[in-house]
Amino acid sequence: MVGGLVLLSLLLITISFRSGSGGAVNRIEGAGATVLRPFEVAAERVARPFRDVYGYFAGLVHVKRENSRLKQQVNELRQQALQGQSAQEQNRVLKGQLKWVDSPQFPKDYLPVNTRIISWASEFEQQVVIAAGSDRGIKQDTPIVTRDGLVGRVTDMTGSAAQVTLLTDENSAVQARDQTTGARGLVRHGQGQGSLLLDFVPKEANVQVGDVIVTAGTRSKQYPSLFPGGIQIGVVTSVGQSDTALYKQIQIDSYVDFSALDAVTALITNKRTPKAP
Amino acid sequence: MPADAAKAAGLLFLVVVIQLSVMANVDILGGHPNLLLVTLVCVSLLRGAVFGAVAGFSAGLLADTGVFGTLGFTALLLTVAGYWTGRYGETTGRDRAHAPLLSIAVITVLYQISALVLRYMLGEPAPAHHIFAALGPTVLLNLILTVPVYSLTRRLLRPREWVTREVRLLG
Repeated sequence: MVGGLVLLSLLLITISFRSGSGGAVNRIEGAGATVLRPFEVAAERVARPFRDVYGYFAGLVHVKRENSRLKQQVNELRQQALQGQSAQEQNRVLKGQLKWVDSPQFPKDYLPVNTRIISWASEFEQQVVIAAGSDRGIKQDTPIVTRDGLVGRVTDMTGSAAQVTLLTDENSAVQARDQTTGARGLVRHGQGQGSLLLDFVPKEANVQVGDVIVTAGTRSKQYPSLFPGGIQIGVVTSVGQSDTALYKQIQIDSYVDFSALDAVTALITNKRTPKAP
Repeated sequence: MPADAAKAAGLLFLVVVIQLSVMANVDILGGHPNLLLVTLVCVSLLRGAVFGAVAGFSAGLLADTGVFGTLGFTALLLTVAGYWTGRYGETTGRDRAHAPLLSIAVITVLYQISALVLRYMLGEPAPAHHIFAALGPTVLLNLILTVPVYSLTRRLLRPREWVTREVRLLG
């Protein structure tokens, strides 16, 4: 009996499989479906409210999971957007740097080595580390600049990295001149962190607020300067003098934002440079 | 016996309707409870192999016609399931409390795997990964259904040994 039922099932499967739509098997199926349909509709109507309630709660679970997934996706996209913005900003800075290197303002007899700041010495020290060292021709006292102006000089190095002491460090000093009047002085750190002063400017010299201060460069072949001439340093923000002081008190606002340094250029030269004190 | 057959036929017809119209859309934790299989196993355990095979064939055929599937597909699987469970109920599973749950767990796994193989042989879509992933939850859901369904089926089709017999004392 059971064997007969199994054989009958196999026979039905074979017939159903071989006969396409419109065969006798289809008619049997149609008849069966017609008989079942009213009952199915009734059962479906009875079950629908329960299914809706279940669907509502199942949907809540799904929405919660979806919400978690979307939050994660938003975080990932936000990170990507930030990385993209950072890369865009870096691209802009590097393009500006390259444009400046190719411009007539770039000092003659110097070769550029473009590199990046890889670390800051500390919050209180005015020193940074760049990702280029002696392997790329950087030497002790190599000037470091950006297209905005003078940054500092190399004070220590390895083959692949170099320490740069910024212009705002208390040990830094640069011979400078007023681009408008030619008045000369020495740029060094000011009282506040990051501020600069133009010192040793005689009282009779003419320096006005808004004058641009640049590096003085070499005046004597016997005593060549560490820095090429004409590199921008900053703009004069105040000029004062007192009866007792020997020199003018001139404050400078640096063109370089020392707190946001990223891409810099080392100026490589084969000329003999004096040993810094 | 005819009364039992009528009761079982009514029960299975109702279950086929519920399975096709309601349970087919139920998806809990990826599992799909099979009320028809659970009911058939319960009926077979209570009424034996031949009864189970005939009930499985009839219910399966009805289910096949209802979904316009391959006629005989569900009938074949349920015939074998009904027969095997009936044999188990008649022999080792007799009077054992865990028999329904054990039968449901084993039959559900075998039913799903057999359906997968049969579908593959017929050239129909047979996503093994989905079926095996849903196997655990499906077994669990069927086991949950077993308790009330077996209780109901047992009320409807009481085993013959349990029917109170009147005994007339001679003399």
